[in-house]
Amino acid sequence: MAKAKTIDDIAEKLPDELPESEQESEEDKKYNIYPDFKKIQVNPNLTLSIRQSGRTVESIRASERVSKIVFTVLIYIFLVFMALLVIFPFYWMIITSFKQRTEIISSTQTFFPSIVMWSNYVYVFQVFDFGTYMLNTIVVAVFDTAGTLITTILAAFAFSRLRFKGREAVFMIFLMTMMIPGEMMVISNYITVASFGWIGEDQTLMEAYLAMIIPFWISVYYIYLLRQNFKQIPNELYLAAKVDGKSDWSFLWKVMVPLAAPTLISICILKFMGSWNSYVWPNLVANRSEYQLISNGLRSSAFVDIDGGQTEYGYQMAATVCVTIPLFLLFIFFRKYIMRGVGRAGIKG
Amino acid sequence: MNEIFNFFKRLFHRKKNKSENQLVECDPTVLTEEQVALDAVGVYYNQQENTIVRLVSRKRATKEFRVGGVDDVVAKNNWKAWLYLAPVIILLVIFLIYPLINTIVISFLENYNYATGHSDGFTFKNYGIIFGLTEYNGATEQYFVQYAIPNTFIIVFVTVPIATILALLIAVALNSIRWFQRTLQTIFFLPYVTNTIAVGMVFSVIFADNGIINYIFGSSTVWIYGADRWVAMIPLCIYIIWSALPFKILIFLSGLQGIDKQYYQAAKLDAASSSKTLWKITMPLLGPQIMYILVTSFMGAFKEYSTVVAMFNGPGTLGTAGEPNMETIVYYIYDNLSSQTGWAAAAAVFLFVIILVFTVIEFWVSNRRIYY
Repeated sequence: MAKAKTIDDIAEKLPDELPESEQESEEDKKYNIYPDFKKIQVNPNLTLSIRQSGRTVESIRASERVSKIVFTVLIYIFLVFMALLVIFPFYWMIITSFKQRTEIISSTQTFFPSIVMWSNYVYVFQVFDFGTYMLNTIVVAVFDTAGTLITTILAAFAFSRLRFKGREAVFMIFLMTMMIPGEMMVISNYITVASFGWIGEDQTLMEAYLAMIIPFWISVYYIYLLRQNFKQIPNELYLAAKVDGKSDWSFLWKVMVPLAAPTLISICILKFMGSWNSYVWPNLVANRSEYQLISNGLRSSAFVDIDGGQTEYGYQMAATVCVTIPLFLLFIFFRKYIMRGVGRAGIKG
Repeated sequence: MNEIFNFFKRLFHRKKNKSENQLVECDPTVLTEEQVALDAVGVYYNQQENTIVRLVSRKRATKEFRVGGVDDVVAKNNWKAWLYLAPVIILLVIFLIYPLINTIVISFLENYNYATGHSDGFTFKNYGIIFGLTEYNGATEQYFVQYAIPNTFIIVFVTVPIATILALLIAVALNSIRWFQRTLQTIFFLPYVTNTIAVGMVFSVIFADNGIINYIFGSSTVWIYGADRWVAMIPLCIYIIWSALPFKILIFLSGLQGIDKQYYQAAKLDAASSSKTLWKITMPLLGPQIMYILVTSFMGAFKEYSTVVAMFNGPGTLGTAGEPNMETIVYYIYDNLSSQTGWAAAAAVFLFVIILVFTVIEFWVSNRRIYY
């Protein structure tokens, strides 16, 4: 028995059952302007014209496969193209940092330095006070992170485990503050910090540190993040600890904090990255350049050539490479934590 | 520290929970089988009363020590919860709540001097001055209306839609591939782990007069230093989009990976086309993430500042010299922070109101369109 594979096969069988009079006449054939259409009499009043596509299941599958492959290739082309665009600035930063001045400003740009200029980096380390800025940034980052962790852990614990009147109301107020742009606060915080005597002509390094650290000891977003994590820890553990006569305090530090370690690591790294990137506030409150952080140092340093005229892009890019590399190292080692910490935000909906 | 807390706890228990601390006589024959089993451990949980009961002595198993209602213990200890919250609340009040109110107050004070705290009393003038309606020392302040507001709105309405759509496309594409997904995902995340200032400087090198962009396109356009305001907007927006992509892609991707595969299988059974699957399944189910991204990126784009500093090293295409033609609202705030605190405060309140309006609109739209 022949397999009825195509519409064609089915259509061929049908005319046999049609009455003589209604079969295709010679005249019909003569004036049929659609030769690849087949007429089927479904009932005496209705004639169906079916296109003779000649497509079999196999051919449909094959064409689907081809279109899928083409589609996948297009997706990869799109993604690789976008990825190249994303990476390009980094690539350009690195190769420019190795280029000679004449090569950078020449009218024909090269995609690889003709002479690798390590001297750019040597010069940058001589002129750009990398050590001081680095030290300031690390001190601020460490104390900033430590303070934030303590306040965040305590608050998240209170919001997730303890019961007290007005818990939800207070938490709502906390969340609402996330909606307020930080610029609203900067003006008054500047005044507050000034009234503490931390800003002024006679500012000491300690005061500059305090002004850069203390206002950032609170992060509502991290409290929210950690509270979600604490809530996932089963209540049975809490009850068990209660049974053993453990106080809330020791339960928090002996059970909850170790269990929430991944989130805490994420918070630490994101906070550290925040300090590394912070520009606005240190620029406002640190009066002397040697008290400022790495971003400020990078932007305010004039990487000019010996004549003091044009900006020396090679030096500038060498300095940006130096600033970028620590972050990249951090990313390589803690990729999982960083992406998890950032990505967590979207899950709540 | 631990001892102090325990001490306070005991002190408190003695005072308030006296009734629950007493030893309770209990007939051992009444104990249920379960309770007897737990008896060996010396502890059981009385579900009916929601109470943990600890047997004080093994020898006299009938003597019980009640820890108290599990809910009650914490509910009555609420002073302790406030102790946990104290550091955060103190900081929140000093550095968030008070400044918020104070900024609004300052915006209504005439000639406010932050160093002395002196002002000439209540006025609406600050708002009038920044919008160029009121004269100040015989001249009108124009930079806010002329540069800050239009620049900010251009940045918002150009970068947010483009970056969101681009991120959505990349995320959907990333989600549909099998090979190199991880690698590509990592590459797309890279701009997130960079220093805004550093990469901004790289972009200004890329767009320099003799830079790679002019070389590739064979043009001699002046993009950065000394450029026309509208031309300089292009590299700025490109940089903002570039730096906004990774966060959006990550959020969208985690949203896409959270969609139940059953929906796609059902669509496949019904022979739905892939575009239909995208629009009828993926997009609606990604609604919460799109909403979240829109809210956060509108907020972020209104507050653009460091990107301008990074690329132009000042508020204008001529750096600190010349007109501040690349200024944003936030740039204006920081520029006037110490010299004209009142103006800066008025600009900050204006920014706050705009962001609030936008957020409210977004939530209103999402309430009608997005189903969580």
